[in-house]
Amino acid sequence: MLRLVNLTKTYRTGDRALTDVSLTVEPGQVVGLIGPSGAGKSTLIRCINRLVEPSSGQVFLGDTELTGLGRGALRRSRRRIGMIFQEYALVERLTVMENVLSGRLGYVGFWRSFFRRFPPDAVSTAYRLLDRVGLSDHVDKRADALSGGQRQRVGIARALAQDPDLLLIDEPTASLDPKTSRQIMRLIVEICDESGLPAIINIHDVALAQQFVRRIIGLQAGRVVFDGPPDQLDETVLTTIYGEEDWSATIRTAHDDDAVDPTEQAEGHDERETPAEILDRERMAGLS
Amino acid sequence: MAGTPASFPQAWRKRTTRGELLLWVGWLALVALFVFCWEVMNENTMWFFVVDAPAQALDLGSRMVPPRWSYLPALMKPLWDTINMATLGTLLAIVMAIPVAFLAARNTTPSERFVRPVALLGIVASRSINALIWALLLVAIIGPGVPAGVVAIALRSVGFIAKLLYEAIEEIDASQVEAVTATGASSAQVIDYAIVPQILPAFAGICVFRWDINIRESAVLGLVGAGGLGLALQDSLNVLAWPQVTVIFVLILLTVLVSEWVSARVRHAII
Repeated sequence: MLRLVNLTKTYRTGDRALTDVSLTVEPGQVVGLIGPSGAGKSTLIRCINRLVEPSSGQVFLGDTELTGLGRGALRRSRRRIGMIFQEYALVERLTVMENVLSGRLGYVGFWRSFFRRFPPDAVSTAYRLLDRVGLSDHVDKRADALSGGQRQRVGIARALAQDPDLLLIDEPTASLDPKTSRQIMRLIVEICDESGLPAIINIHDVALAQQFVRRIIGLQAGRVVFDGPPDQLDETVLTTIYGEEDWSATIRTAHDDDAVDPTEQAEGHDERETPAEILDRERMAGLS
Repeated sequence: MAGTPASFPQAWRKRTTRGELLLWVGWLALVALFVFCWEVMNENTMWFFVVDAPAQALDLGSRMVPPRWSYLPALMKPLWDTINMATLGTLLAIVMAIPVAFLAARNTTPSERFVRPVALLGIVASRSINALIWALLLVAIIGPGVPAGVVAIALRSVGFIAKLLYEAIEEIDASQVEAVTATGASSAQVIDYAIVPQILPAFAGICVFRWDINIRESAVLGLVGAGGLGLALQDSLNVLAWPQVTVIFVLILLTVLVSEWVSARVRHAII
């Protein structure tokens, strides 16, 4: 179970990304997080595993308060949280297997990982996961040799290799075509159902969110403005979240699997916007 | 489209008339400065010697041919020293440059305010002094011979390698680092899995490129007593043995050609 209490994030530039966000995700629940670019969706999920340090508020995963942990304890807690990224964030020059095994880095010592001598159970888990996501034939290929959909499957396998208690998923389909997007979303939801894994999915495509998740949270300017089942998402709610617009097409596509709203597609590309540079630097701060 | 064509301006110029004028004045000032500098430079030129130059060059050239090829076997040991100086110096520089580069890169430095400036200062200091000057100092400290040359090459190369390497580190894709960090990996593992794969091609290219430069530099370090071909060159120059000088020049040219070929091949294979 994941619990956020009054989570607030203000960047050093003074940009307020999150204001008093409180929410609870039950075990096995898959939550879709929607909202306009810059609403704080990326910041929210990065505050959970503290790739971005929250300014105030608390994050609980089970009984552990993640916000109070020191470096070592944070590292051990991060092993329990799998993360899947928009542009896949695979290490391009490593093989598929190395990328999946990197999900086990938190569990093995430096020299073992340096010589790529992972324990037998980690290796067999990696093979099993690659089989599950349908990439058994690509184990020793370099990640940059794969197509977009295949890369995202490697990203999913890497997150699952951690044997996580929670999945954080940042725009998993923004760089994918409509068909692949649906396949990837279906795969994610299936896997979560199989193992009762809770997940938060940042997503731009409202129709896709309605199709695949059972709970949707709407974020607007860093505040939660909607929290409910997908069928409650009507024109009024969408206007609250995104602002005034003709929503009839967006809502209709929710019931039509093949049609895709072109504006939704276009929006996917300018996702990393406003304080991207600061965000980048804060992300890298995890290193030093 | 709103408005008729007539309502939009038909003339467009990149600069204002004033800007255009200033640009021309600027060019004129530059030409004037050049003419002035030329005058100052040639105040002390003795044109008598300059007029004489072609004849002097022909005279020196005639003394340099034919090359004394019998001198070649005696040059093999200095050639070996030169190659060793370049290679060992480059290796020593790489060992020192890697930590410096990680300390200097904005995204990996432990402290942007304190450690990074120190690392950058080290890089600048190393780069601002020519290998020949380093060798001059080191021959005085360590004494003449190959070790002084190795250290001179290394000290000059540290800054070069560290600078290019830290720039490569700063250009890496942050999301890959973020992804590996999110798995709970330690800092050392993040460097090994997310940063090293991204900078490896650049790193290999930088090292081979610097080795190639060092072969050329170490060939002249002997002029100040650091061993190798330069030492032989100085010996020959001192006794005005011009045919031997020719042989040394040819040898240096061949060595540089070979090193250039090797480095091109290696870089091609990696990138």
